Amino acid sequence: MAKILMKGNEAIAEGAIRAGCKAFFGYPITPQNEIPAYMAQHLPEHEGVFLQAESEVAAINMVYGAAGAGARVMTSSSSPGISLKAEGMSYIAGAELPCVIVNIVRCGPGLGGIHPAQGDYFQAVKGGGHGDYRLIVLTPGSVQEMADMAREAFYLAEKWNNPVMIMGDGILGQMMEPVEFANGPLPPVDKPWATTGAVGRPRNLINTLDIMPESFEKKNFALTEKYQRISEAEMQWEATNTEDADLVIAAYGIVARVAKTALQMARDRGLKVGLIRPKTVFPFPNPPFESAASRNIPLLVVELSAGQMVEDVRLAVNGRVPVHFQNRMGGMVPGPQEILDRILELMDQGGGQL
Amino acid sequence: MKTVFQRPRALTDKPFHYCPGCTHGIIHRLVAEAIDDHDIIENTVGVASVGCSVFAYEYLNCDMQQSAHGRAPAVATGIKRVLPDRMVFTYQGDGDLASIGIGEIIHAAARSENITVIFVNNAIYGMTSGQMAPTSLLGQKTATSPLGRCVETNGYPIRMSEMLATLPGASYIARVSTHDAKHVLQAKKAIFKAFDVQKKQQGFAMVEVLSTCPVNWGMEPNEALTWVKDNMVPYYPLGELRTPAKEGELNA
Repeated sequence: MAKILMKGNEAIAEGAIRAGCKAFFGYPITPQNEIPAYMAQHLPEHEGVFLQAESEVAAINMVYGAAGAGARVMTSSSSPGISLKAEGMSYIAGAELPCVIVNIVRCGPGLGGIHPAQGDYFQAVKGGGHGDYRLIVLTPGSVQEMADMAREAFYLAEKWNNPVMIMGDGILGQMMEPVEFANGPLPPVDKPWATTGAVGRPRNLINTLDIMPESFEKKNFALTEKYQRISEAEMQWEATNTEDADLVIAAYGIVARVAKTALQMARDRGLKVGLIRPKTVFPFPNPPFESAASRNIPLLVVELSAGQMVEDVRLAVNGRVPVHFQNRMGGMVPGPQEILDRILELMDQGGGQL
Repeated sequence: MKTVFQRPRALTDKPFHYCPGCTHGIIHRLVAEAIDDHDIIENTVGVASVGCSVFAYEYLNCDMQQSAHGRAPAVATGIKRVLPDRMVFTYQGDGDLASIGIGEIIHAAARSENITVIFVNNAIYGMTSGQMAPTSLLGQKTATSPLGRCVETNGYPIRMSEMLATLPGASYIARVSTHDAKHVLQAKKAIFKAFDVQKKQQGFAMVEVLSTCPVNWGMEPNEALTWVKDNMVPYYPLGELRTPAKEGELNA
């Protein structure tokens, strides 16, 4: 199949439709507006439902209702909007409903700006809403991955009955690249728990309330155990030139793209630099970091935040190797030279034995 | 022997947890009777809200979803949009619908979402132990208006039915009461009709049901019923505020 030139946001939307998404509820916010616009135009062509909600809060609760009714459903937003959806995400996770939530991250806190950032990592990975729950969080690094991960997000959501977030950023959402849609729709999934009308079966209940501590604790432990199984099964990452590396960069999303260029510039100078690019951040891919630590390779984490993923990297290596940090914020993005300068600085200091 | 009275099919056999004199039990029964009378129990998805009636799902014997506080109309929208041939209703209290969820209900009505809303107005937050509601009457003493609701501090109680009735999307809006048998029978008719409107795909339908909260009002059950008649009904007049447009016509 021929490649199509698309924006990242459109690629997510088209990927979702092709995966079999049948309902979309959303609210306007920059820089993700292409997603609802694309859905409004194309979802009805595939017997799908598009509805612009009156608020982010309403949109995520429409997702709850539609997911509970068995539909393949998604919403999208950007950082301040995701904060508003946090209540609903907690309910959806608690009720164990499959759905896809897209966050095309912009800078914050507050209204912040509309430029790219990665400051929502904690919100996506560590909670965001109340109570003990987890989202599965996918971090695409290209327009092609935005298309592929839209499909994968629905697959994972239905596999685990859990909300899945695709966490991109303002650059990935807005930039255009050739993209190919090679995969067909996901097969239908049996959802015997869905509230579709109790015909020939006992009634179904979608619920998150349980006022009995004895039974609710069991629910908490069951969720915890599910998240553990997700952690073991669904870690994804891409490792580039890590085998012989003297320094390994860790970055995800658009920053990993910049870091890859910096890596090449370093290699051109004969410096052995590698890159670990997490493609899931919950579950966090510990193995490549454990591997680097076991080989005594120091790490440089580069983020568009004050330092969020770096905490998970530090947990993964558990003090065994130095974990350096480099960042830009407020919508600023480091260029390859900026990362290379840091690489040179670190490698000069330690001469490869950081 | 001829059966003259029995539990509706749409009610489970679980005893109500509601306080003595609370009219939720009556209203649950009226909803269940409407579901039975329309013979839609297998085709219905209900949405419970937050408040005393969060446990509506324990009693109403159809598929149910429990929603976040105030969000029932959004959850119902999600269900109805993907399952347009199912009957979808919400059951919400006044804190839920008229306060934290006022945005969701207004927009569900504006879209003429083809759902049925049962709005139970007892002028107080019951489950959280008697705080002032947006529907609490002027002068009404509550946990958070201990000297009585006053205009200067708290403004005026909201007449939701009148407000929603201004929206073209609201096809059927009625206010009924449960303070005596005659009014309970009128409430039954309105609730039946609110499901009928949905069945005929005529759009958004809401029945506001004036209800009691003897425990949080600090009254005996009989006193509470009288209080509804003497204090709530004058501020919240009963009747049908909107009925659906004739076939082929848009709502005005």
